[in-house]
Amino acid sequence: MRDKDKNDKTLSYMIERKLLLGDEAVALGAVHAGISGVYAYPGTPSTEITEYIQVHAPEVRSRWCTNEKTAMEAALGMSYAGKRALVCMKHVGMNVAADAFVNSAITGVNGGVVVLAADDPSMHSSQNEQDSRFYGKFAMIPILEPSTQQEAYDIMPYAFSLSEELKLPVLLRVVTRLAHSRAGVAVGQAQPQNPLHLDNERTHWVLLPGNARRQYASLVEKQPRLLASSEKSPYNKSVLRKQKSKLGIIACGIAYNYIMENQSQENAFPVLKISQYPIPETLIKELASQCESLLIAEDGQPLVEEQVKSLLGSNYPIKGRLTGDLPRMGELTPDSVGEALGIKQATTFAAAQHIVARPPALCQGCGHRDVYDALNKVAAEYEDARIFGDIGCYTLGALPPFRSIDSCVDMGASITMAKGAADAGAHPSIAVIGDSTFTHSGMTGLLDAINDHSPITVIISDNLTTAMTGGQDSAGTNKFEAICLGLGVEPEHLHVVVPLPKNMEEITNILRQEIEYKGVSVIIPRRECMQTLKRKLRNKK
Amino acid sequence: MKKDIILAGVGGQGILTIATIIGDAAAVAGLSLKQAEVHGMSQRGGDVQSNLRLSTETIHSDLIKQGTADLIISMEPMEALRYVQYLHENGSVVTSSHPFKNIPNYPEEQDIAAELAALPHTVSLPIDDIAKTNSLPKSANVILLGMAAKFIEILSPEQLRESIARVFARKGEEVVKANQRAFDLGLAAV
Repeated sequence: MRDKDKNDKTLSYMIERKLLLGDEAVALGAVHAGISGVYAYPGTPSTEITEYIQVHAPEVRSRWCTNEKTAMEAALGMSYAGKRALVCMKHVGMNVAADAFVNSAITGVNGGVVVLAADDPSMHSSQNEQDSRFYGKFAMIPILEPSTQQEAYDIMPYAFSLSEELKLPVLLRVVTRLAHSRAGVAVGQAQPQNPLHLDNERTHWVLLPGNARRQYASLVEKQPRLLASSEKSPYNKSVLRKQKSKLGIIACGIAYNYIMENQSQENAFPVLKISQYPIPETLIKELASQCESLLIAEDGQPLVEEQVKSLLGSNYPIKGRLTGDLPRMGELTPDSVGEALGIKQATTFAAAQHIVARPPALCQGCGHRDVYDALNKVAAEYEDARIFGDIGCYTLGALPPFRSIDSCVDMGASITMAKGAADAGAHPSIAVIGDSTFTHSGMTGLLDAINDHSPITVIISDNLTTAMTGGQDSAGTNKFEAICLGLGVEPEHLHVVVPLPKNMEEITNILRQEIEYKGVSVIIPRRECMQTLKRKLRNKK
Repeated sequence: MKKDIILAGVGGQGILTIATIIGDAAAVAGLSLKQAEVHGMSQRGGDVQSNLRLSTETIHSDLIKQGTADLIISMEPMEALRYVQYLHENGSVVTSSHPFKNIPNYPEEQDIAAELAALPHTVSLPIDDIAKTNSLPKSANVILLGMAAKFIEILSPEQLRESIARVFARKGEEVVKANQRAFDLGLAAV
């Protein structure tokens, strides 16, 4: 008895409550699951996961990676060596990591690998709202989608065990509203990291066609096990099961919260909560048989809605984003879900008359401001100057008062689009790219332009940090001149300037001169980000 | 009992600090809490808001439904107006009356004031002036929290005051005292 009392006491002492962002809950869950490394490139809304691990778990390898593909590959290497690794990125980072990601399902894993994709429905800080669950389905691996901060923490050890049990990477999908929302989370203790245990199965890892075919066949053979795992998953659960109803609900991930927010005694619907994929077919058929119709509530794109349609046949009435019962685009809200359920909404005040948009802007004193002032001045001297932009704080140069850039598509596209436009005869063809974006995906495009002797002017606006996401280390700091010269930029067409109003004449003169040069020029305006500078000064005090 | 609060302002005005103080007090009091924040692009001088939900029961949604917020706390008058559809018909608005004009087309101040005054329960004070005359230039946000304290109800002003001590403890006794003084000024002003 005495021992039992002691154990109970220890247990209650071990469980602690913390106020955590969804991202932080993922981070702490992963640390407690015994990861040995986190590999990531910053991207909203995923950045805080790696930041949390960097601060709270010094025993975990956690230096920022150059891009999402290098992150995914390093995690695969750690897995090869038998240890657990977490990879984090925003949804569009999945596009960059896709080659490594999809092929990691073919090789399989040794130590557990969890790939976290933070989706951004409603595009709060992104250029699209692609749904990462499609990548998981495409790669034929398990997908987990927690609904709450507590579940985000609890699911991590489960995710790593599942990965090691199935010998497959596991995709963990969160959305902005979970990633960036705080709640109380009960946390336990860390389990130890895996020991070094190198894999010896070359036939798994050397994806020559002969091996790859066998590995793909093994992946296909595993699919029934993935489905069985979903059917019995503790994260897929039925609420009010066995109750006959006109309408039943399938609620995926965070959509479950919006459904439950709208549940009441008079509006009580049977719900199947899905937080593990592939979709649990038996559970869905069971729910369908007790209901006359189903509403599919999922944040992002109608992935489950399409699959349930084909599972239940075209005669079974299904409502969702495709039918217009829920909005086709944008994140779900408790309001849009309530409306789809036909629940009377609270009366509201009319929208205010005297409000206008307040878009974000470049900080006062920011070096990008001086870069755009110079570019605008010189571009105005030409009839058809085009400035191709890229992803970062400097994308705000598209807005007033600058209105400088003509495009912003994906990481690195400024240089390569400038090259293509120059190939077509556009002149001047100018690219503006930040330091971190340049090392992420700009270097290879610059090499293309150099090899083709393209008449483009590339501005690498270097503020010595990855500023947009809050000031993480930038992979190329102090290396840009060497990188450019190494790739083959001619020394006389490589310039470093300090973007300050007092240097405006020097900067505009260099721009004019290099625009007239019929080859690749690189100008690096370099001045520290105002935010990181302020932080340093504050910390000194 | 529940309290759904929308915190509003412009990036850099310190609304997340207000959220941190209320969140800490709620955690210590054992309340359920959910707080959705805005990170990233919107912090560069754009509009920012946070949905803060406190309850004695389980909270499901991280977002507040329209027409159900008990309280809007705003560092800026136009930003307070931006969320009126979320306000409950008997809800309250506690806001700074000082406009933050970083856009060329900022509406007429008296129009904003009139719309705010037309709502059932609005408290609007020049917190920047209060901060300046009391030599508390960095604590305007905590003055605002003091103004809102009586409306938060699910937590007492004393619980919030204690939380200020914990949240600012890392910055030293002087900072704690300054912020508690700011809180008391706001509390007394309403």
